[in-house]
Amino acid sequence: MSEAVTAMQMAEFDGLCRVADAGLQGMIVLRGDLGSDALRSAVQDLTGAGVPKVRRVLSKGTFSVLWMSPDELMILCPYAQADAHVATLAKALEGQQALVANLSDARAVFALTGAGLREVVAKVAPIDMAPGAFGPGDIRRTRFAQVSAAVWMTDDTSARVVCFRSVAEYMFNLLRTAAHPGAGVGFF
Amino acid sequence: MLTLTCPCCGVKAEESELHGGGEAHLTRFGPGSSEEEFHDYLFARENAKGVHFERWRHVHGCGKWFHAARCTATLQVFGTYSAQTTEPPADLLATIREKRPGWSWRDFS
Repeated sequence: MSEAVTAMQMAEFDGLCRVADAGLQGMIVLRGDLGSDALRSAVQDLTGAGVPKVRRVLSKGTFSVLWMSPDELMILCPYAQADAHVATLAKALEGQQALVANLSDARAVFALTGAGLREVVAKVAPIDMAPGAFGPGDIRRTRFAQVSAAVWMTDDTSARVVCFRSVAEYMFNLLRTAAHPGAGVGFF
Repeated sequence: MLTLTCPCCGVKAEESELHGGGEAHLTRFGPGSSEEEFHDYLFARENAKGVHFERWRHVHGCGKWFHAARCTATLQVFGTYSAQTTEPPADLLATIREKRPGWSWRDFS
């Protein structure tokens, strides 16, 4: 197999917050009835984290389970293990109306770190980034300027942004512009 | 700015992360219908000034379709509700009656 690389080749930028290509990330998309026992136990058995509530993220060990829509989850895992986990999930959900796919290479993930990240995100996305309104454990799918993206916070000063791989360069340049050291607003 | 609450994911979404899907509660007339029915299904719209029912899609968010009731003149939003229905919920109609006495839209009033 060819050598896997990320779209932005580990680019990084330091400004109001640090913007960096988060590297290769295993991303498994699971669609189905999130309320069904079969799906819930399949996710629990694989990740140990369980199915998150609406717009929430559950993490355990190397796994994170992200609520994407009323019938869709995204499961994060180490890149090299994604195919094996897809096979495990597909076997556990055999006979159910569900879809499991490894979309690791279809997306780009960026890591934002630093106290300024709330401001950087709020500049380009229509999200209430106030500390009481959005925090660790929350996920929001929305637009970042002109492209669709999902953002969630892993702790108080770090967040992840995921978008389609085809718009990775746009996203990196957008975040870099919003995080320019001279562009601070000081709202939060 | 039009702000609609997506009933599927609960987000208070501003217009820019939504996509309008035109008038709601259309009855589809396909094969076997008369030419007039098919014409009306394709082209005849309420084009209301005032209370209007529309389809919207939370396109940058959860990706789901939903229905919204709003005033086209003032952008006042009366409510949003599931797309898996053929008519607006009774409590929403009651709210609109209270706020806009005498309104009507197709068979609803």
